[in-house]
Amino acid sequence: MVARTIPSREELFAILDEVKDPEVPVLSVVELGIVRDAVAFDTGVSITVTPTYSGCPAMREIEAEIRSALQAHGLGPVEIRTVYAPAWTTDWIAPSAREKLEAYGIAPPRPAAELDELVTLRRAKVRCPYCRSTNTEQKSAFGSTACKAIWFCRECRQPFEEFKAI
Amino acid sequence: MAPLFPYLLRLADDRLVLGHRLSEWCGHGPILEEDIALANISLDLIGEATLLLKLAGEVEGQGRSEDALAYFRDAIDYRNALMAELPKGDFATTIVRQLLFSVFSLLQMQALTRSANADLAGIAAKAVKEARYHVRHCAQWVVTLGDGTEESHDRAQRALDDLWRYTGELFLADGIDREVAEAGLGVDPSTLESAWRADVDRVLSQAKLTVPQVAYMQRGGRDGKHTEHLGHLLSEMQIVARSHPGATW
Repeated sequence: MVARTIPSREELFAILDEVKDPEVPVLSVVELGIVRDAVAFDTGVSITVTPTYSGCPAMREIEAEIRSALQAHGLGPVEIRTVYAPAWTTDWIAPSAREKLEAYGIAPPRPAAELDELVTLRRAKVRCPYCRSTNTEQKSAFGSTACKAIWFCRECRQPFEEFKAI
Repeated sequence: MAPLFPYLLRLADDRLVLGHRLSEWCGHGPILEEDIALANISLDLIGEATLLLKLAGEVEGQGRSEDALAYFRDAIDYRNALMAELPKGDFATTIVRQLLFSVFSLLQMQALTRSANADLAGIAAKAVKEARYHVRHCAQWVVTLGDGTEESHDRAQRALDDLWRYTGELFLADGIDREVAEAGLGVDPSTLESAWRADVDRVLSQAKLTVPQVAYMQRGGRDGKHTEHLGHLLSEMQIVARSHPGATW
């Protein structure tokens, strides 16, 4: 008979830290703050997740990848609970993860509390992740995924994405 | 017991129908960036509707899923405000409507974060962030169009003139609204009107647009009395699910 130890919350988070976000593959679902809790029992594992956006189409794939990562470590059955409160905010993205984002070519999100007036024709400048210039302009408030906006750097003439602060 | 199920349908149907309308722009936006923006806003609205319909199905307790409620109800059973189902029109019409609705949605969802129903409060907290982003984007466009060229101003003004008579319905409260508000579950929409008007006026004055004089406000959507446009929208949205019931992909 094989004695099985029940993994701790930290061990589960370490496993989930290997699961990358399919749309931002440089960050894990833990670094993004999508995983809210992880508990193991004799009978299985329960993971609590929260979506970034209500209609985020990546959530199903993320759940499937969480399942397979845990199963690869011999853990299961896996129950995934989705919670909506407290609502996900980009403020949960860790400082180390922000550096990874910038190195990957995505400008990290500004603090979510930085709320502009309802009407702002020009927003605060975002730093270009390639040349670090702030001589940039927003080209589109929305981008290739729900979580990104499109910017252009006037200095190095390079378009880049920004992680929208919410 | 407070009539939470029909109340949730009203919240969900506004977003599902308007989200579907907006999705008609996908591939047809006036510029690429706006094509992406409208598709993104549409995705947020349909996402919110999905969560609200899922909750509605649980509250109803008849085993209806969010898909069953979206695809297998007819127009007469839809509870969206008429404004949501009107054809997308030109870009000015779409953007002016989106501003009018998004300001309403932001105020409504802010109030619903205090709902005694924890699931609804959680959905609202997410939707607030999304609605705020939509308001900002649409406000910027309304000012750009209204305070732009002669043609863009005229089109924005015409859109406002056409849409204004559909705004009154957003704030009509009936027994359902009042009961859920009294139970601490929902918000009475009539309490949102003055804040909505103040926010909208602020944008419109910056956009050099004028609120039209309207003698009569259209109504009926909350009771299932719709314009002829909703049936056409639903037939397109529902045909695949109805032709292949139970299909998965």
